[in-house]
Amino acid sequence: MKTFKLGGVHPAANKLSDKAPIVVAEVPALVAIPMAQNLGAPSKAIVAKGDKVKVGTPIGEPGGFLSSFVHSSVSGTVDKVDVVEDATGKKVPAVFIKVEGDEWEESIDRSKDIVKEIKLEKQEIIDRVKAMGIVGMGGATFPTQVKLTPPPTAKPECVIINAVECEPYLTSDHSLMLAHPEEICIGVRILEKAMGVKKAYIGIEANKPDAIELMTKTAAAGYPEIEIVPLKLKYPQGGEKQLINAVIGKDVPSGGLPIATGALVQNVGTAFAVYEAVQKNKPLIERIVTVTGKSIKKPSNFLARLGVPIQNLIEAAGGLPDDTGKVISGGPMMGKAMPDTNSYMVKGCSGILVMRNEEARRKEASPCIKCGKCVQACPMGLQPLFLAVYSEKNMLDAAEEERIYDCIECGSCSFSCPANRPLLDWIRQGKPKVMGILRQRAAEAKAKADAAKAAAK
Amino acid sequence: MNVILIALIALGAIGLIGSLLLYLVAKQFYVYEDPRVGQVEEALPGANCGGCGFPGCHGMADACVKAKDAKGELGDLFCPVGGNDVMAQVSSLLGMEAAAADPKIAVVRCNGNLCSRPKVAVFDGAKSCAIAASTFSGETGCAFGCVGLGDCVKACQFDAIHMNTETGLPEVDEEKCVACGACAKACPKFVIEIRKKSAMAKAPTAKRVWVSCINKDKGAVARKACNNACIGCGKCQKVCKFDAITVENNLAFIDSEKCKACGMCVAECPTGAIHATEPVMAVVEKLKAKKAADAAKAKEEAAKKAAEAKAAAEAAPAPQPVAEKVAEAPKAEKQ
Repeated sequence: MKTFKLGGVHPAANKLSDKAPIVVAEVPALVAIPMAQNLGAPSKAIVAKGDKVKVGTPIGEPGGFLSSFVHSSVSGTVDKVDVVEDATGKKVPAVFIKVEGDEWEESIDRSKDIVKEIKLEKQEIIDRVKAMGIVGMGGATFPTQVKLTPPPTAKPECVIINAVECEPYLTSDHSLMLAHPEEICIGVRILEKAMGVKKAYIGIEANKPDAIELMTKTAAAGYPEIEIVPLKLKYPQGGEKQLINAVIGKDVPSGGLPIATGALVQNVGTAFAVYEAVQKNKPLIERIVTVTGKSIKKPSNFLARLGVPIQNLIEAAGGLPDDTGKVISGGPMMGKAMPDTNSYMVKGCSGILVMRNEEARRKEASPCIKCGKCVQACPMGLQPLFLAVYSEKNMLDAAEEERIYDCIECGSCSFSCPANRPLLDWIRQGKPKVMGILRQRAAEAKAKADAAKAAAK
Repeated sequence: MNVILIALIALGAIGLIGSLLLYLVAKQFYVYEDPRVGQVEEALPGANCGGCGFPGCHGMADACVKAKDAKGELGDLFCPVGGNDVMAQVSSLLGMEAAAADPKIAVVRCNGNLCSRPKVAVFDGAKSCAIAASTFSGETGCAFGCVGLGDCVKACQFDAIHMNTETGLPEVDEEKCVACGACAKACPKFVIEIRKKSAMAKAPTAKRVWVSCINKDKGAVARKACNNACIGCGKCQKVCKFDAITVENNLAFIDSEKCKACGMCVAECPTGAIHATEPVMAVVEKLKAKKAADAAKAKEEAAKKAAEAKAAAEAAPAPQPVAEKVAEAPKAEKQ
């Protein structure tokens, strides 16, 4: 079985909810839909207090190039436009909507029929994806239309679908594949059309044999260009660069874009959302979210509308246990601990993980003995022990020399450190500083080149 | 004997050739530097702290000489470590009159101590404010205030700022702080401000008043997160006779250029968010005592009036509800 070649760790999988069916989460009386649901600039609210909205009505428009539309996930009246706390406790603008009935926009096809024929052309698909507010569903929430328009120098060759779900605990992609295999395949075909390629791979880790079997069967029955690639268990296989390496064996050049290898990587959830957007005209208004944890009574997979309070979802899974030490939005490796459960569902929320007290606390850090375990674990071939020290001491030149900008922040180094050193914490401090210097240098070089060009004329 | 002689001659020859080479190179690549730069650098403290805005004392000296040649004055150039004495020396070296600048000091604009600002979360990552601030909103309900992990303490080269373990907040040492601004730059929440040390230009004791809070949330939200938060009520703005206070985004700010450190706002602030140094606090105590006495007097009078009204009402019971309504109406409007 294939896997990526460098580094990697093996956290306990703990897929507690992998047999749980998808349950439609109840729609509460009031939802709050945050306007910052994507990587890049937050969206701008385009509704005001008292406006009537239906399910699928746009309520936020892109606030920049790297931004996306936000749609109402319920029907009702806009109560107010105020701020809410996001998963990390930071204040973000949000539209509060009082729910009245469940009336959908007429343009949305709500039938259960599977539409196979792809009528839209390349550019139309990209425009539709933008209009429907689709973002990367793996958690990074990168606006999909931007990813579907690579720089003109890139030569796309294939689409790789990330159905790895290497994060422990999470099962949202797994349950999606079991429920909608055919739709996912059509979604992949739409992505192929948008990129103008004729080949696609779906990478699935070996701990989901039922999904591998079902997807292989579905693909064989009518989608011969889609190849299902079972992958050996290893974290962080779901990292874009790691997945490309695992599936087609190519390396993303240091500092380059993944598209340089000819592969466009999309999450399986994104493929499904693209299917719904293009074939059913349905905006991104709901997603599958895993609510799980060792102390949770009913680890579940919910189909939840955006803007539903996280608290409601935890209640639906049996409530917050008394010995809870930490609640994480996302998985245990890359997710973010929430200071408060007082936040709302967003497009990037793939899981809510409740950790018990004894699991939640970090252990005391002790000095580094340079054992090199983090170097072995790093999937990017970096030396995290040095990067962390350079960041802490603000030695940015040295950090740049050690390619801190290649760090994918997967946390394998912190996970593998026997001295419990907070390696990634520090690297995350230095990386943006070095990136800033690189960007500034590039801008200066460009300005210089432009000036030289102007002088030559 | 012969061997020693040969060695001496050989080494001497190498030395001679080397020195000749060095001399010629030094002549060829000589860079003229204004001798005044060296003199000025000598006068500067040599801490290389960067408080002046230049990479080190040499950079500052260079800038001083250049400013003198270009404009004939030093303008904004100021060495916070050396203060007025050093700047006077520099000015005289460059043949100018010294323009005295007001001494400044770092001020911590957060008074959310452990009692007033209860913790709602625990951060057990690396002990750095920058990391904590980039990870989440903070251990307390206040997303603006001090993180308390001591990045400012680490940044200070003068041992002038320390964490107070009782309050969980940093405290600035009046004597040692040179207002270089390193702590203000290190703080990810921008809690530390460099302010005028005293409202009085030549006061023997530092009299200064500042709003010790930067919470921009609405009053109720801010108050819920921290008992000592500025709630933007604007009482200080009304009571200030010098027009030094502005309230913007639910937060008061005192302009240290206009403030005369009279202490009126400190006595008025309902949450105790406005802080002052000890000499001002003495005045504030008196103001507060007077206020309390006035309030007691007013209360007594009100009680007296109420009793009289009651007696009158008993005589004629009908109009009472009307009077009550009238009394309530303006109150509601104010809210």
